Amino acid sequence: MKENLYNYILGIADNSLILGQRLGELTGHGPSLETDIACTNISLDLFGQVRSYFQYAAKIAGDDRTEDDIAMLRKEREYKNVLLVEQPNTNFAYTMARQFLFDVYHLEFLAELQKSTDLTLSAIANKCIKEVSYHERFSSDWIKRLGDGTEESKAKMQDAIDGLWTYTDELFHQTEADKAMVAEGIGVDVTKLKDAYYARVSAVLEESTLETPESKWFQKGGKEGIHTEHLGYLLAELQYMQRAYPNMEW
Amino acid sequence: MTTTEQNIDEILIPILEKVSDPEIPVLSIMDMGVVRSAVIENNIVKVEITPTYSGCPAMDVIGDDIKSALKQAGYESKVELILHPAWTTDWITPRGRKALEDYGIAAPLSAEADKDVLLNDKRIVKCTNCGSQNTRLVSQFGSTACKAQFQCDDCQEPFDYFKCLK
Repeated sequence: MKENLYNYILGIADNSLILGQRLGELTGHGPSLETDIACTNISLDLFGQVRSYFQYAAKIAGDDRTEDDIAMLRKEREYKNVLLVEQPNTNFAYTMARQFLFDVYHLEFLAELQKSTDLTLSAIANKCIKEVSYHERFSSDWIKRLGDGTEESKAKMQDAIDGLWTYTDELFHQTEADKAMVAEGIGVDVTKLKDAYYARVSAVLEESTLETPESKWFQKGGKEGIHTEHLGYLLAELQYMQRAYPNMEW
Repeated sequence: MTTTEQNIDEILIPILEKVSDPEIPVLSIMDMGVVRSAVIENNIVKVEITPTYSGCPAMDVIGDDIKSALKQAGYESKVELILHPAWTTDWITPRGRKALEDYGIAAPLSAEADKDVLLNDKRIVKCTNCGSQNTRLVSQFGSTACKAQFQCDDCQEPFDYFKCLK
């Protein structure tokens, strides 16, 4: 089995899986019907993307593992998502700030992944980037609406941006699998996306009359499996059915 | 593999035309452009379909419907989902666009016009009820992954707009 490639794919897909699950929590609980539908639509796109990645990963694993096993039957430490996407839906400002901070990265990442020498990954990226450009339009629009809105909405959005800022730098960290895949022309060198990312994020924040945080203290660990306390609870819900009724099928 | 050509055996076309999108029953999967190839190999029909959106739950149903339509016509089949080349709304046929409009879903505009509508509040999407262009975006996301919600400010009718995907 190509271990590095397998781990590399999981690293990409877990971000979408965990963020998709977070957004799915809003089903029936969004602040308005339209935002509820929007968040769950985005969730659906992300889950669809995850399926493409995990189907490919299962093929690489080459044993009897399925896409569902990969999604549902790993332990917390085996998930490789960044800490940002597992942060809870504290309020709608947090949900949109988390989305925006991820979407900007996701778009840049997929633009590069389209150039991968791995044809399956480049095809998936080519498919996903169209969907993700809609996500980024939606989330950046809400940053502006709330940031440049009322005194209260502005305060809440600033609070969300400040609160989540510490998780942004991890997006540009490389794991061993990342480095190996970059060397082979398969992976994206995320360190090179950093400047464009912060430039785009700052531009939107400025347009939204929000401050770009100056804090330089960043959290990391998710990519190596060291997560915040929030992931365990999320997985408990995500994996409940497979844990309670092993091998059950729909 | 960059071809956007379809490769569909002619005798299979009438069978596949009877299969429709479960969420838009007036639209056949042929007019939607999701069938990329369908060929008979060793008495088995090999069909390749491409998803509209990655997470579109209709794809599993479409796959099953294709198999059962072919079975009724006497063929065993294998349906495979392919991602490349990625589906675009440009593949919806003129007949498909008309079926959408008749059903109450505004057909996708060009990529440029679509951006104006979804980002710059430009009023150019035609109301499927009264034909007025005095329409506004209610939400970029609608009842399914492929649609946005609109409302007509003349006749007040709410309707779906099929987003351009290119």
